[in-house]
Amino acid sequence: MSTVVGEVDQHDDHHHHAPSGITRWLFTTNHKDIGSLYLWFSFIMFLVGGSMAMVIRAELFQPGLQLVDPHFFNQMTTVHGLIMVFGAVMPAFTGLANWMIPMMIGAPDMALPRMNNWSFWILPFAFAILLASLFMEGGGPAFGWTFYAPLSTTYSSDSTALFVFSVHIMGISSIMGAINVIVTIMNMRAPGMSYMKMPLFVWTWFITAFLLIAVMPVLAGAVTMVLTDKYFGTSFFDAAGGGDPVLFQHIFWFFGHPEVYIMILPSFGIISAIIPAFSRKQLFGYASMVYATAAIAGLSFLVWAHHMFTTGMPVFAELFFMYCTMLISVPTGVKVFNWVATMWRGAISFETPMLFALAFVILFTIGGFSGLMLAITPVDFQYHDTYFVVAHFHYVLVSGAIFSIMAAAYYWLPKWTGHMYDEKLAKTHFWASLISVNVLFFPMHFAGLAGMPRRIPDYSIAFADINQIVSIGGFAFGLSQLIFLWVVIKCVKGGEKAPAKPWEGAEGLEWTVPSPAPYHTFDTPPEVK
Amino acid sequence: MSIKLITALTAMIPMAAQARSQLNLPQGVTEISNRVYDLHMTIFYICCVIGLVVFGAMFWSMIRHRKSKGRKPATFHENVKVEILWTVVPFLILIGMAIPATSTLIAMEDTSEAELTVLVTGSQWKWHYKYFDSDVEYFSLLATQREQIENKFDKGENYLLEVDRPLVIPTDRKVRFLVTSDDVIHSWWVPDFAVKKDANPGFINEAWTKVDEPGIYRGQCAELCGKDHGFMPVVVIAKEPAEFDAWLNEQEEIARREKEEEQRLLAMSMDMDELMELGERVYLGSCAACHQGNGEGIPGVFPALKGSPMALNDMQGHIDIVVNGKSGTSMQAFGNQLSLRELAAVITYERNAWGNDTGETVQAADVNAFMNE
Amino acid sequence: MSERPTQPDNTRIVRRLLLTVVGMFAFGFALVPLYNVFCDITGFNGRFTDGQAAANTKAVDTSRTINVQFITRVNKGMPWGFEPEVHSVRVHPGETKVVNFLAKNPTGQNMVAQAIPSVAPGEASLYLNKVECFCFNQQPLAAGSDTAMPMQFYLDPEIPEHIHTVTLSYTMYDMTENAQPDALAALAQPVN
Repeated sequence: MSTVVGEVDQHDDHHHHAPSGITRWLFTTNHKDIGSLYLWFSFIMFLVGGSMAMVIRAELFQPGLQLVDPHFFNQMTTVHGLIMVFGAVMPAFTGLANWMIPMMIGAPDMALPRMNNWSFWILPFAFAILLASLFMEGGGPAFGWTFYAPLSTTYSSDSTALFVFSVHIMGISSIMGAINVIVTIMNMRAPGMSYMKMPLFVWTWFITAFLLIAVMPVLAGAVTMVLTDKYFGTSFFDAAGGGDPVLFQHIFWFFGHPEVYIMILPSFGIISAIIPAFSRKQLFGYASMVYATAAIAGLSFLVWAHHMFTTGMPVFAELFFMYCTMLISVPTGVKVFNWVATMWRGAISFETPMLFALAFVILFTIGGFSGLMLAITPVDFQYHDTYFVVAHFHYVLVSGAIFSIMAAAYYWLPKWTGHMYDEKLAKTHFWASLISVNVLFFPMHFAGLAGMPRRIPDYSIAFADINQIVSIGGFAFGLSQLIFLWVVIKCVKGGEKAPAKPWEGAEGLEWTVPSPAPYHTFDTPPEVK
Repeated sequence: MSIKLITALTAMIPMAAQARSQLNLPQGVTEISNRVYDLHMTIFYICCVIGLVVFGAMFWSMIRHRKSKGRKPATFHENVKVEILWTVVPFLILIGMAIPATSTLIAMEDTSEAELTVLVTGSQWKWHYKYFDSDVEYFSLLATQREQIENKFDKGENYLLEVDRPLVIPTDRKVRFLVTSDDVIHSWWVPDFAVKKDANPGFINEAWTKVDEPGIYRGQCAELCGKDHGFMPVVVIAKEPAEFDAWLNEQEEIARREKEEEQRLLAMSMDMDELMELGERVYLGSCAACHQGNGEGIPGVFPALKGSPMALNDMQGHIDIVVNGKSGTSMQAFGNQLSLRELAAVITYERNAWGNDTGETVQAADVNAFMNE
Repeated sequence: MSERPTQPDNTRIVRRLLLTVVGMFAFGFALVPLYNVFCDITGFNGRFTDGQAAANTKAVDTSRTINVQFITRVNKGMPWGFEPEVHSVRVHPGETKVVNFLAKNPTGQNMVAQAIPSVAPGEASLYLNKVECFCFNQQPLAAGSDTAMPMQFYLDPEIPEHIHTVTLSYTMYDMTENAQPDALAALAQPVN
């Protein structure tokens, strides 16, 4: 594999001019092409998963069953979750990593370009399989994205085999992506780019990649056990054969909690790039940001059972997981304080990337507060599996992760396309998203506190008003994202010519190359300080 | 002036919350649920204060430190003292939160001897209650009419939160719940008691409560358990101890009489019309959720009964699967859920409805013979 | 490109990362035995490896009594009758008791069953010692026959003071399809 680097470095003799048409995209090993593929794919998945959310919100618009039967409703919540986690958020981050990491560290490409091509191109197949399972007899997976056994083993429909297969492919894709990121960062930094000089986006992705390598195989193990329990007579999770369904939850959440940070750490990197740029002031506490990220990643392996307080654990275990979970708010708090300190006495301007970044800080912090409340075991008994949890993780993942991806897209669109996006339209997108996302998710807190369980297709009439508001917010948020599509297409097609560095306060190597970034950048490594 | 206004406003929040609001946790009717509520509000207020400080600083910065105001950016980018401060202060706040949380959790784990034990068993999609040291046991099913769910009738006040036979417990006595499941994982939840425990198949979990006030308390299954997860409510009636004892005795008496009555009815044959009429009622109540009202099931998930070889040819097999259920599937054992008459009627119905015209009747005596063969 | 001064070997890193991936995949499976060990040590989830305990050698603690309750359940599709002879007994810690469980196979076929135990509170499972139990082995039962199955147990006198009630639940599963040879051999003997 070392020769691969050599080839790329030697100015790429066999594919240095992109072939045109479909083969360009099928066989590309260029990090920018693959980054674009990932980003477009994730946006399509975002719309697919979003339309499933629309089905869910339409059914929940009023009490009673109107549009779909409960079995299909469960398939919608399950596949919505799987698509948004594995199809929208994670590939979007991988796309950003592909585009930006080589440019940020002064590398000509990713370290393993051919593997890069593979890790993208197996993804569409994984999701085609998952979506196809919805049309099978008995329907697709209907056991929630957490696929708790025995609902996913003994009591699931036959499409479970397809579900397992597609999760395996998604996992392999993520692992290959993570290996690539690690090797690139370790081996391809420009001279002088020491670890502690790397931009935070690179740092956070570096740590995320290690998390991926550590936990995606555990997920693969969990789905494999589900598969053998269902089809090959093992009983990992079946009491009759000496297994235990609670064991499944331990294995799943051992993967699941680090997974949550996989979906938020790169966001921290993005926000740590954007806030200094538009505050025209250096990031406050760079080193503590790096340490905080590492601390969050480390702690993420010690908190998994806070998802399982109601399964019946001894008190000492409940206390241990409660304390560890509460502890995570310390490094997370450090990050938020650092961002605020970066803004403090800066010279702030409010272009769209900054607006999304600011909304991120506030709404993610609200999600953090509800997370802290959920960590408190005795009250978690009340919150657990209600809409309070749904509100919490959507604040963290939609107005957190997704908003940061939007911020990143606006921030780097000029670099990618060579054109400035339509600022007015983009601001419309921001305000529409900001208002609707809160109409959508804020009332969910109240529904949950008042006692509405999650994953139900119908509810008591006491929750009718709240659900109606939430659904209206949901439709508005869904429609708002079409504005984003419009802005991006408009920006790709044309617009005001973007300079190499369109943002006054932006820092980093990516702004030293022209806009749009040429097909090959940093064939000669830049000198860093 | 403005400080006064803020104090007055914040004082109103708990008042609004107390008025049985539909926007907050219920305070509930047990000592534990009240402690949980207080803990919830304490953490909430602490979060509000932190939020106020952080967002306050942020908005101050956004308003005052704008480029359009001609600000020149400062150049500081680290301050070890400040950074240590905002690592240590949150840590201390966390300790402040952990203390009441720990003491509440330990109070919840109280294992003093209970005066009543109830075995709570979840199955797709109903609850079963069995009183320990007593013969009283019964299933508790959703009582909301199908037509309300399908928007044909107006929805009642307790839509989806009403059952045919609620759990009855005494007030002022410690009641212990042993929670388990027959199939997938369920979760038994009554918000007013602050009790939520997972029902794991093959394992028993423990929870307890001591209710202060008589009343009707409603909850729901909280763990996704398949298609009708949203339709298996929990309803608990708390009665004064004396009233409860009387109720329990009465239930024992009723159970005994029903058993005798059943033996007496064995000798009687029902004709086809009677069987079909009762059978349809039982079918819609117990079977239609999966096999559907038209007997066609859901392909790939719940098998069709219409035209099924078992319903047409194999009567013993048919009785067996209805009485004993089928391991590894959602098909439950109805032998202890329905009376012999009801079992006979529903089997007859399934063998003669939707064009399954076998013309055969199954009598209570046939089912009884099968169960005791 | 020679300008890159240090160009460590990609292959080495990739190999190590792949090894980590394989290791973590194996770790996922290793969690299964680890979990069982953890449950044995802590009584987590009321689970414990069911093994035969030696008879009690410690002094009986007559200063307190503990209520031991028995719950029996049969799995779906399992037509057996399965009841404890008594629903609860009061014992002193250290005192050895025998409780019979009655099983009946009402069907026309020989069957083999396995009882799976669970204890609440989970902590108590650490102090529950079974000297003899039907749950150690698969239980064969010929068509139409019934049997009384003994369970001999004592509570360790060191059981914490705060435990007043211990519930022992057995769920009976049909194992006829997966019967062990000795259980099948027992069935082959003529039963009267």
